[in-house]
Amino acid sequence: MEKEIKIWIDGTEITTSKNKTILEAAKENNIYIPTLCYFVNTEPKANCRICTIMINNRMLTACTTPVADGMEIQNNTEELTDLRKSIIELLFVSGNHFCPTCEKSGNCELQALAYKYKMLVPRFPYEFPHKQMIGKGSKILKDQNRCIACKRCIKTIKDKKGRRYFATKYRGYKLEIVPDEEMIKTISEETAQQAMDNCPVGSIIKKEIGFNMPIGTRKFDKTPIGK
Amino acid sequence: MIEKSNKKIIATASLAGCFGCHMSILDIDDRLLDLIELVTFDKSPINDLKQFTQPIDIGIIEGGCCNSENIENLKYFRQNCKTLISLGECAIMGGLPAMRNGISIKECLQEAYLDGPTVQENKEGILPNDEELPLLLDKVYPCHEIVKIDYFLPGCPPRADLIWNALTAILLGKDIELPYEVLKFD
Repeated sequence: MEKEIKIWIDGTEITTSKNKTILEAAKENNIYIPTLCYFVNTEPKANCRICTIMINNRMLTACTTPVADGMEIQNNTEELTDLRKSIIELLFVSGNHFCPTCEKSGNCELQALAYKYKMLVPRFPYEFPHKQMIGKGSKILKDQNRCIACKRCIKTIKDKKGRRYFATKYRGYKLEIVPDEEMIKTISEETAQQAMDNCPVGSIIKKEIGFNMPIGTRKFDKTPIGK
Repeated sequence: MIEKSNKKIIATASLAGCFGCHMSILDIDDRLLDLIELVTFDKSPINDLKQFTQPIDIGIIEGGCCNSENIENLKYFRQNCKTLISLGECAIMGGLPAMRNGISIKECLQEAYLDGPTVQENKEGILPNDEELPLLLDKVYPCHEIVKIDYFLPGCPPRADLIWNALTAILLGKDIELPYEVLKFD
């Protein structure tokens, strides 16, 4: 049996075991730490930084930092809330997120986090970048306007042989997540649905089912994310 | 009941919007009767007043800025209003009209007036270019990138309860309540 250790999140004592990340330990104890790029049972990449927490005045990502005995973690502080809100705002201005036209509106994790942090207007100027839409001849549409490059689709959407449907293109600020042009034409109904469900925003859309959930019945219409 | 002379003055405008936000103002239903006890409407599409008749306490802007007339109108509002509110997605981030922001004006006009599948009877290939027409801007701008905006009320349209909460809070000098159900972007 693994040795039990104790950590504190915002003063709450938690008993957990080694070889776990702070995010996993928090989840087990029903403490909410916001995530976007994290996907359960996959290797965390810490590229969205929304799960940033504070330990000894150092900012670290909860999805990649392993727990240690006696660790004191700050999660809900004014500074961290503002930092997380600014990350959401940056994501909103660096893409083209037109919520009223988006099929994922109401089920979108980015939007839900903006609601959580009561984002009325981003503090940064809108970039309105020129982006493409990919998906001709496929069951899915990859809308680059809405992509936040979380890479959840790369990690989780594979065919029966384990080949990935999505991959990165370019590097740095030009980085894009693109589908494999040939493979995407043969994607099955189930995998297409899974790709749409695993995408935290409306960047992967299964065609011909748009807006099938009435307003008021969608995931985050009445229930805030993390409740 | 507040005396008429003590009533706050409200003005509204629709720039590059669809009037949905104005519909949502009307959607506060019977509370409109309470609102009328607190405010008087000046320049607004609701009463069709074209010019300001007095200094304005609260200006409400629907829609972003897509042409030179929108900019002129918005600056006119800023000069005459003590408090200016961006109402709805279009005023806050450009909204649906801003979907043209990644496309050049030339391409937009070409598609709308020459090449689009619904274009009929424009054999001479005329693009609107009359001096009476306001010039299109290179992109659709959020209002706060043109003038200072004091409050932002998101939504497409903003929920009537959000408008009511905000207006009464501003009028009575309280903090605006933002319950989860009323703060939405669609």
